[in-house]
Amino acid sequence: MGYEILGLPLIYYITMVAKTVAVFVFVLLTVAYATWAERKLIGHMQVRIGPKRVGPYGLLQPIADGLKLFFKEEIVPAQASRFAFLIAPLVALVPAFISFAVIPFGDTVTIAGYQVPLQIASVYDGTSMRVLDINVGVLYILAMASVGVYGIVLAGWASNSKYSLLGGLRSSAQMISYELAAGLAIILVFMSSETLSLHKIVAEQAGLFGWNIFRNPFMFAGGIIFFICSLAEINRTPFDLPEAETELVSGFCTEYSSMKYAMFFMAEYANMVTVCAVTTTLFLGGWHGPFPPVVNFVAKVYGLIFVCMWIRATYPRYRYDQLMRLGWKVFLPATLLLICGNAVWLLVFP
Amino acid sequence: MATTETMTVNMGPQHPSTHGVLRLVIELDGEIIRKITPHIGYLHRGVEKISEHRTYHQTIPLTDRLDYLAPMSNNLGYVLAVEKLLGIEVPERAQTIRVIMAELTRIKSHLVWIACHALDIGAMTVFLYAFREREKIMDIYEKISGARMTSNYFRVGGLSKEPYAGFERDVQEIIDTFPGHFDTYEGLLTENTIWKQRTIGNGVISAEDAVDYGITGPALRGSGVDWDLRRDNPYSGYENYAFQVPTGTNCDTYDRYKVRMVELRESVKIVKQALDALKPGPILADDPQVCYPPKESVYNTIEGLIHHFKIASEGFPVPEGEVYQGIEAPKGELGYYLVSDGGTKPYRMRIRPPSFVNLGAIEKMAKGAMIADLVAVIGTLDIVLGEIDR
Repeated sequence: MGYEILGLPLIYYITMVAKTVAVFVFVLLTVAYATWAERKLIGHMQVRIGPKRVGPYGLLQPIADGLKLFFKEEIVPAQASRFAFLIAPLVALVPAFISFAVIPFGDTVTIAGYQVPLQIASVYDGTSMRVLDINVGVLYILAMASVGVYGIVLAGWASNSKYSLLGGLRSSAQMISYELAAGLAIILVFMSSETLSLHKIVAEQAGLFGWNIFRNPFMFAGGIIFFICSLAEINRTPFDLPEAETELVSGFCTEYSSMKYAMFFMAEYANMVTVCAVTTTLFLGGWHGPFPPVVNFVAKVYGLIFVCMWIRATYPRYRYDQLMRLGWKVFLPATLLLICGNAVWLLVFP
Repeated sequence: MATTETMTVNMGPQHPSTHGVLRLVIELDGEIIRKITPHIGYLHRGVEKISEHRTYHQTIPLTDRLDYLAPMSNNLGYVLAVEKLLGIEVPERAQTIRVIMAELTRIKSHLVWIACHALDIGAMTVFLYAFREREKIMDIYEKISGARMTSNYFRVGGLSKEPYAGFERDVQEIIDTFPGHFDTYEGLLTENTIWKQRTIGNGVISAEDAVDYGITGPALRGSGVDWDLRRDNPYSGYENYAFQVPTGTNCDTYDRYKVRMVELRESVKIVKQALDALKPGPILADDPQVCYPPKESVYNTIEGLIHHFKIASEGFPVPEGEVYQGIEAPKGELGYYLVSDGGTKPYRMRIRPPSFVNLGAIEKMAKGAMIADLVAVIGTLDIVLGEIDR
């Protein structure tokens, strides 16, 4: 037994801080460069060049954008509800980042005799030299995703602007409808994995055909539905109604400027990274694959981010009622059916 | 008991999808539109009034700025009206080049339409593809007239100058490559589920209503009315070309989309036929009272110099009378009504812009729909504020 603080080994604190810093830096960099990658990628898909002035290949563009927004004037509309207006960007941004606390980047590693999972949120099992991941990871992610909605709804409501209000309304309706279908799709994973711990869910998916999405046809459909619903939940094309530029100017963030706008912008991309990471964890075998675990995980996440951008370059936008219909009348019954089908499958092929 | 009230939203004049400075005051019940009141006039420049103080030639550059996405069509309608009043015959070569340029203009205008329409509905990529192709036509514009948009190329009696060397090669390249590009757009949109969901059943206007509202152009044909001035009231030699006039059946945005996509291909066919029929010859009518003499004649002969001076300084007199000339512009029937009192300036010029009349039906088409539908309707009407406000 090594040195202990408050009954917990020192290694617990050290790894905790190290993991937090590493993941935060990773997510922050990914978010910054997702904006660059999106502009560059969509640029090339649309026979443009994309950013190229700031740094080689425009690589410093995210920093330049950040600086620019930082120096812009802070505007709070006179009619806005000041407190809610100021807090909304934070409410949108923070949940997007802290979802990452439970996502496993790799398998457990042994450090100084302790087994430590590569996942921020973890608890020390006092007897067996092991640090365990928390066992409600999926629920935590669902909870955080729901909190993020409030940021946008508050922003829309507090701006006291008509376009913002419409954007906020759209957003709340949209996120609630798609959360249900996404949640039901996750139940498919629970049925197979029989655990809520993300670490264990991934640990079970060894080998290509061990990935949850390839387990059976129902899981395959469920995985795709989950990803589509996730896109809807984070307002990505073709579900980017809350900020549909051609309809609502900028939707909920019409009245926002400067860093408050930057926060919404970061939240959007952080959400995209989170959703891709969650999809990877739940359906695409997390860290499993031919490369070192962390590399596998990151590669899969980046692959999904690429898909998000590709979709954006290809598809038009849904209309509000069509989007609701898709959520309630197509995805919800479909996931319920998939759950039944999956149950039968698990009984027949245990 | 709780009461509800409608919300009045001011859409425009600065709004991303009002295609310029259109202002729509809309009454919303949630996202449902209860009432639309278009407010126009933000781009009013008084073209009709200014033209009363300018010679007939000096008005041509003003017409460039009506529908600035289709300048040569505007030029064409105007010069045809003046020529009708003068009763002069335009040489065949000039007519053929006019047809080529007018059809290229139609393609150019429709390319902007598909670009903006798709962008409004959220399909970003088509926008840039269409603008890439439009640039090819802009290049021809620039080479032939010196300007990318404000062409000012046609003259009363013919053309301002002979097309540049290599004009035929450039046009041939467009004939060869554009149908493939149209396939690309259609590949992205025509069978796209979301595109179909957004456009089918959107902005429905029946054939009777469309006629009652005076809608013309692709918007009218999308409602199933088989009417195209190029075929039904030919001008500038359109009777010599074989082309289809597509019509829709469901009167909705999707049908109007398909009508315009067919029109794009038909325009390419017309350009091809016209290019094949293009023969050397004069490009200005042989009427020294109206048409500028050739430069050699201005520099070397006293008659040429006098004619040039007279036309440039005071214009040419036009016989007393009035005339209406309508043409099938990309957006619908573009009409010029000219009244002459026998002088060198029109007594009155009235322009019938297709966008203005088509815009009148917007409430009919979008009432009871959602904001997103209104944006699609603005796109499908293909309006340009330059000619609405004049």
